[in-house]
Amino acid sequence: MTDTNVTDFEHEAQFGDYFALLKPRVMSLVIFTAMVGLLVAPVGVHPMIGFSAILFIAVGAGASGALNMWWDADIDAVMGRTKRRPIPSGKVTADEALAIGVALSAMAVVMLALASNFLAAGLLAFTIFFYIVVYSMWLKRWTPQNIVIGGAAGAFPPMIGWAVATGGVSIESILMFALIFMWTPPHFWALALFLRKDYDTAGVPMLTVTHGRRVTRNHILIYTLLLAPVAVGMGLTSIGGPVYLVAALLMNAWFVKGAVEIWRRDEAIAEADSYVVEKAFFRFSLYYLFLHFGALLVVATLRSYGLGGW
Amino acid sequence: MAIKAEHEIHKRRFSRNAGVGLLLVGFVAIVFGLTVAKVSQLGAVQGFDHVLRPELIESGK
Repeated sequence: MTDTNVTDFEHEAQFGDYFALLKPRVMSLVIFTAMVGLLVAPVGVHPMIGFSAILFIAVGAGASGALNMWWDADIDAVMGRTKRRPIPSGKVTADEALAIGVALSAMAVVMLALASNFLAAGLLAFTIFFYIVVYSMWLKRWTPQNIVIGGAAGAFPPMIGWAVATGGVSIESILMFALIFMWTPPHFWALALFLRKDYDTAGVPMLTVTHGRRVTRNHILIYTLLLAPVAVGMGLTSIGGPVYLVAALLMNAWFVKGAVEIWRRDEAIAEADSYVVEKAFFRFSLYYLFLHFGALLVVATLRSYGLGGW
Repeated sequence: MAIKAEHEIHKRRFSRNAGVGLLLVGFVAIVFGLTVAKVSQLGAVQGFDHVLRPELIESGK
């Protein structure tokens, strides 16, 4: 009798492989910013409704991650940073990712509408559409401004969280959107400066590839300078307070200083020290966003005790 | 040759099935929790089956 040849069970996907389709690390940022948007809003939300809303926003974000992996499987396969993702590694097929993405997107939008309101659900649907159709399908492979416009998709979650609580859009939620939107380009371009080879291989028109590294350094400085007034300005709105304002001033001074350093360097210097400044700027950019939203949360908490707000 | 009852592939599939099962149970729990939260926000719900509603008696006086 011949042995049954089970050739491919090593590639048999486990639950974790499907979970990895949802880009858990991106999802954690979405959960955090959406939660802050919801908690700093002036209207209280029933804890169960708030919890469910954040969960469905996260599922929607995860679904768009799966759809992105379905569409970009060819790029992911050639980039070092992404070639171990479930589709290029052969664990999950592209069709499965598509099915999971579509099913979870629909489920997340419908459930968010039932749990909260149609505005929040509409914003979530638009975010998924924007990330997949506008960013992944249209802009990413076509223009070096892909990061700038695509950043909008990542900027919606706090606005959705705010809409869950208030049922509307206001200057505060627009500024939270603007903070992430303006933060995304310098964050990714700093990464592209020291990961250039990846984007070269994949043929993605990153600014570093199409316009060169000098132009990228200029753009990082410009966007960081434009980001600072947005971040500090939020401190003057109803969700700001002295704690946030001081934190924003310090972090933006530090961020602008880093951008100026990147701008003043050229490739020879950067290569000589293995992009130490660019890497430090990138690392700080992660804390930058986390701490701004963290400071908003601190202000909201203090305000509930009659302290800390304007 | 004996057929091995528990193959590596079964273990892998079990993790998948168990994960999906837990997700479904979690989803049911969330829908139930949401329903309770939504209904509790409606305020007092009158439920005077098989008896006269107090308001009707009041207005009939």
